[in-house]
Amino acid sequence: MESAAANKADGDFISNLGRIYTLYTGGFFAFVIVLAILEQLGVPNEYIGYGFVFLTIAVYAVIGVISRTAEVGEYYVAGRRVPAVYNGMATGADWMSGASFVGMAGTLFLLGYDGLAFVLGWTGGYVLVAILIAPFLRKFGAFTVPDFFAERYGGNFARLLAVIVLVCCSFTYVTAQIYATGIIASRFLGMDFTIAVYVGLVGILLCSMLGGMKAVTWTQVAQYIVLIVAYLLPVVILSTQKYGIPLPQLTYGQAIQEIGLLEQSMVTNGLADPATLKPHVKPFTTYDPLNFFALIFCLMIGTASLPHILMRYFTTPSVREARKSVAWSLFFIFLLYFTAPAYAAFAKLEVYSDVVGRPISDIREWLFNYGAIGLIKVCGVDAVNLEAVKAACSNIAGHPGVLRLQDLVIDPDVIVLSTPEIAGLPYVIAGLVAAGGLAAALSTADGLLLAIANALSHDIYYKMFDKNAPTFRRLVVARVLLVLVAVAAAYTASTKPADILSMVAWAFSLAAAGIFPALVLGIWWKRANTMGAVLGMIIGFGFCAYYLVGTRYFAPGFYETWSFLSNATPAQIAKFAELQAACAVDAAQCAAFDKHAQTIANWWGVRNISAALFGLPLGFLTIWIVSLLTAAPSQKIQDMVDATRQAAGDTIIKDKDAILPPG
Amino acid sequence: MQPDGTRHWRRTKHLMWVMFTLWLFFSFIIHMFVYQLNSIVIFGFPLGFYMAAQGSLIAFVVMLFTFARLQDNIDRQEGFAEE
Repeated sequence: MESAAANKADGDFISNLGRIYTLYTGGFFAFVIVLAILEQLGVPNEYIGYGFVFLTIAVYAVIGVISRTAEVGEYYVAGRRVPAVYNGMATGADWMSGASFVGMAGTLFLLGYDGLAFVLGWTGGYVLVAILIAPFLRKFGAFTVPDFFAERYGGNFARLLAVIVLVCCSFTYVTAQIYATGIIASRFLGMDFTIAVYVGLVGILLCSMLGGMKAVTWTQVAQYIVLIVAYLLPVVILSTQKYGIPLPQLTYGQAIQEIGLLEQSMVTNGLADPATLKPHVKPFTTYDPLNFFALIFCLMIGTASLPHILMRYFTTPSVREARKSVAWSLFFIFLLYFTAPAYAAFAKLEVYSDVVGRPISDIREWLFNYGAIGLIKVCGVDAVNLEAVKAACSNIAGHPGVLRLQDLVIDPDVIVLSTPEIAGLPYVIAGLVAAGGLAAALSTADGLLLAIANALSHDIYYKMFDKNAPTFRRLVVARVLLVLVAVAAAYTASTKPADILSMVAWAFSLAAAGIFPALVLGIWWKRANTMGAVLGMIIGFGFCAYYLVGTRYFAPGFYETWSFLSNATPAQIAKFAELQAACAVDAAQCAAFDKHAQTIANWWGVRNISAALFGLPLGFLTIWIVSLLTAAPSQKIQDMVDATRQAAGDTIIKDKDAILPPG
Repeated sequence: MQPDGTRHWRRTKHLMWVMFTLWLFFSFIIHMFVYQLNSIVIFGFPLGFYMAAQGSLIAFVVMLFTFARLQDNIDRQEGFAEE
């Protein structure tokens, strides 16, 4: 009875979604306006910042708590009741990480055209999700991605492999997200980084623990609205100020033209070094064409393989809605990614026209705000204040006394964070950007955490150890594991492990090589069998991991083993031998040796971020060859594949505890 | 009309390959001509840059909404649509 009442309340909720979220969005704008008024009344910036962060997190937490559930189907797949548009928004928030929000524009600022590989790679993958994967998985009726592997490829060994790949690629990723919440909170609020990480953890747990997928879905929709408003508003205002049109995506073409002219004049005026200046629109200044296209390829395939994205499409009411939902997802993601290059162009225009070329004594004030937290260096030192900068520049022989481009080192994160200040906007907008960044990081962390914890509780605990577990126990185990994984990720993040972006980038190649071939062939090729899939996953994933780890952590050995495949030039080979000798004598030289070895430890010059370029084809090839050499799958499996391909009819997997709506 | 699984799947596969080819084109092939396209400038954007920054993205979005509609048509016409 109680659950019937809950279902009715949910039904009301679903049919009123439009009104609820319109009200929410209006409320959010009103909140921003109230804070803006408070700022004008003299409330200190610090309080405005806290207001943004704590109020938004409180709202997400309330949504999370309201959406608590005691039903397995709701916990794992939100009762399969999420309409296409809302699932699209939730996927957008799930997908766009703290790094996308804060770092993407900065990457484009630094790399120019070559950075667009990320923009393309992180959008185009959704085409593959829609045409190859998502609708079929929805028809399948899985709770988790490994569910599909188990059902299609003869049981728990394939399931276990899928769980291993899932955990490997998601755990580094979720750590990076929690790290990002810590960074954002510590930068904006001056909170201690470690404390900020645990505050983020609490926010994440409040959203996900009680309601699982159901709660995460509705908070992600709320988080998407905050993050997209926060991303678009500053740059829309900037565009209106500069060009009189509130469409930055259109007006930045003019900025690009001006940047091109400034690039030339800076070189002629001696303000930029032609050897290091990367013209903004010039292709292949950082990546060669092979690496540019390899990166696009790996990011796209990785997108189509990441379990926390694929599982979002388990929540739609039908196969048809799943397809529409992928389109909406991409649309909502597109709104951010096609704006990022505008941020980059406006920031670059500002730096080239109003930062570079000023006398050192008259340097722009806002640089010091970021120099103080180590994000901007001038003349080789953190731009803490004018004295430090003056002293450092005067130490450089032949320094002309005006700021040159090569004197300036800007961290990519500065671009989005500083845009409100560059545009001369009040602090409230900066606070809004912080709230947006937090929303992006928290929502992605929620999704990833749920993917990991669900794989452990559903696939490992329920399916492999305790098939008769009652509903209550399943949900308790799911929540306990969720908390454990979250705490482990937060702890790891608090130790500030290696480069955050490189960790996230690994996830794409690992997922692509480990999951994509078996997943796609499982749907599109009936002949793919258990032996082929199992070996294909092991070899594809193993190979990819070998390349990633080998080229990064065992570079000298990797280079020596594979020197005949490396793209090292004779000069680089000579330097390798030289540094190797130096390292043998003096251990202090070994770091430089290892660093150099990393630049040449490769096959055909392919960067480590694109490791799936090798692992993926190998995975496909293995499945193909091994499947053909061994017996075809049983008729039962083949009939199941047929049923998967047809939208109509019941789901393939049925869970005894799942109370799901008819149809 | 009796639903014909083979024909339904043939049409589904056909649509997939069309979309896949478009995906290849907008993901990779068009960007191989970035130098040539950059000689055309629209609203200040060199076209090669524009395609990577916006053009291909817009194409992906349009493709997916079109795909959802076309596949739905196939399902309906072949009798495999959800009720």
